[in-house]
Amino acid sequence: MTAAENLLEAAAKRLFATHVTRALREQAENGVWPAALWSALEEAGLAQPALPETAGGAGGDLVDEATALIAFGRAAAPVPLPETMLAGWLLAAAGLPVPQGPLSLAPVRKEDRLTLVRRNGGWRLAGRMTRIPWAGAVTGLAGLAETAPGTYAVAWIDREAYQAAPGRNMAGEPRDTIDFADIVLPDNAVAMVALTADDLYRRGALMRATAMAGALAQVLDLTVRYAGERSQFGRPIGKFQAVQQQLAILAGQAAVASRAALGAYEILARGEDAGFAIAAAKARVGEAAGVAASIAHQVHGAIGFTHEHELHYSTRRLWSWRDEFGGESHWQAWIGRRAATLGADSLWPLLTGTLDG
Amino acid sequence: MFQGLTFDPVELPPAAEALRREVREFLRGALAELPPEQRAESWTGFNPEFSRKIGAQGWIGMVWPKRYGGQERSSLERYVVLEECLAAGAPVSAHWVADRQSGPLLLRYGTEAQRTAILPRIARGECYFCIGMSEPDSGSDLASIRTKAVATDGGFIVNGTKVWTSHAHHCDYMILFCRTGEPGADRHGGVSQLLIDLQQPGIKVRPIINLAGDHHFNEVVFQDHFVPEGNVIGALGDGWRQLMNELAYERSGPERFLSSFVLVTELVRKIGPHPSEREAIVLGRLIAHLNTLRGLSLSVAGMLQAGRMPDVEAAVVKDVGTLCEQEVPEIARSLVPCEPDPASPDPFVVSLARVMSHAPSFSLRGGTREILRNLIARGLGLR
Repeated sequence: MTAAENLLEAAAKRLFATHVTRALREQAENGVWPAALWSALEEAGLAQPALPETAGGAGGDLVDEATALIAFGRAAAPVPLPETMLAGWLLAAAGLPVPQGPLSLAPVRKEDRLTLVRRNGGWRLAGRMTRIPWAGAVTGLAGLAETAPGTYAVAWIDREAYQAAPGRNMAGEPRDTIDFADIVLPDNAVAMVALTADDLYRRGALMRATAMAGALAQVLDLTVRYAGERSQFGRPIGKFQAVQQQLAILAGQAAVASRAALGAYEILARGEDAGFAIAAAKARVGEAAGVAASIAHQVHGAIGFTHEHELHYSTRRLWSWRDEFGGESHWQAWIGRRAATLGADSLWPLLTGTLDG
Repeated sequence: MFQGLTFDPVELPPAAEALRREVREFLRGALAELPPEQRAESWTGFNPEFSRKIGAQGWIGMVWPKRYGGQERSSLERYVVLEECLAAGAPVSAHWVADRQSGPLLLRYGTEAQRTAILPRIARGECYFCIGMSEPDSGSDLASIRTKAVATDGGFIVNGTKVWTSHAHHCDYMILFCRTGEPGADRHGGVSQLLIDLQQPGIKVRPIINLAGDHHFNEVVFQDHFVPEGNVIGALGDGWRQLMNELAYERSGPERFLSSFVLVTELVRKIGPHPSEREAIVLGRLIAHLNTLRGLSLSVAGMLQAGRMPDVEAAVVKDVGTLCEQEVPEIARSLVPCEPDPASPDPFVVSLARVMSHAPSFSLRGGTREILRNLIARGLGLR
């Protein structure tokens, strides 16, 4: 990690520590938009760290994006930060302007399909979109829609243009439903793009995996701290080997998660094909999330099972995020099919990124 | 206070990737005739002929100075050689310990005479080492060892017994971990590392056959064995600290997640190009684990290259890595119904039998799972 990345990491940590309080999380789960937190993120250049300054970003790179996402996941911050970055990436890839403010995107599920057809000099948008993150709270959505089978365009869909039926995930983050039935977008809100629905899904998976790595680091911190504070039988429970062994497993899972997610980002940042690394990261981090949440709750005992204690802000996010943009079995199957197609003698080249050599 | 574990990113330099192609090409030729059951032995396969061949390539001791027979290449290049050998199931055991541990130990703490006499021979693939640590009453509690070296005219007289000494019956030297003084309050004082020439009198090597029927282990009994003064490695009484510095190297290498890799390859072959949904999921999970472990292990290699001492991170690699290695035979048999048979002509079945019977040792050798987790817990500030 370079000195500049360390600075960014420290700045992001400080910002989240200042703004993300228990009260803020509670209000957000009750539908209050955390405006001050969001303004602070935009001012610090954390909303679009990897977009060039000409596109309204902070002019950093993908490693900055990963750093910001780790800090976001660690803080259990109730804002659509990954979604804003993902929408910015889509809009910029299509050459469309990236608006200020929180953004989201559609579709986010494999089953949902958005289409665009020419109508009266504009574009008619159609498709029922489910589980759209923060759709009611954002400035608008970046939609990735098919104009013909296999051909995609990005559409900017202003918040004014749709109704969002509210829903939530396990962590209380908005996951809304939108029925795009008869919306016509102006010509300048749509641009063709050399991306597919698979590309978007994969990028979303990487962002969730990275935020989960942050959440796992937080779960480890909380659990180690609690084990040092809580005394039973006359000593801190962290002095018992049975507890220490569980914490060591938890530390291993947190380490695995962060290296898997960052490793995939590093490959992407080098401009290489990160498809396999992203699939492996989402599958492995998702598995780590389940193991880690289980150990963290066990060590915390009953207090960690209360709403009063802060552990659940992290564990409910892990339980939600691991199934968004493809759960473990989705990505495991993808890897398994790819390995089988390539054949036994290409397994090692697949793992070492040397399939062509 | 707990500062978190660090796994820095590492990118293999172009020289390492060029070397990878060279190693792959070499192994294709050198291992063409090696039967699958021997490949499945992974880094426990002892084969001096192969070690000499790989030594001739300059791939043993390759990070050492040229004046000691090394190539002065980076430890990331060395990492590539190791992982390519393991992935191919090369029989690397003869030179493995000397290349990984004993050579670097002599380089760091040895005398000039020890280095010039031994390192070039290790690098040529001609000189093999074993490690004398465990004893009949001392396993995980290493500080309780009783093998003793008592000072005498011009050296020491050694008495005691070492066990689980892999390949002692084939090796030239042992790095003996023994008591040379009083332990002191933390129990870590008064131990030293001695260079033992196994051909000298006063040493009896007796086989211990493992559950697979193989003779890898030995019991090594020292009876009034004389060790010349010049064979002390490093400072007398400083053995514990010297040994702790070896552990990050011993525990983080690719051998901590690739011991079963030959079986994974045979499993992919068995499943074929059209896996069922279940096969794809189970296989994909295993491959995701391997990919992540490689990232962790490489990261530790990078930190070692940068001069850091990531001993807790290395323990994480070994703990998580050996769990995965041990799961491989269970996964393989869950996907391919068969009876494991070490004499089967089927490469999958024979690899399954070999790996299954060796798997219990994966989380014992080099520090048990429980000891590693204690070490990680200490890194977390809990001990």
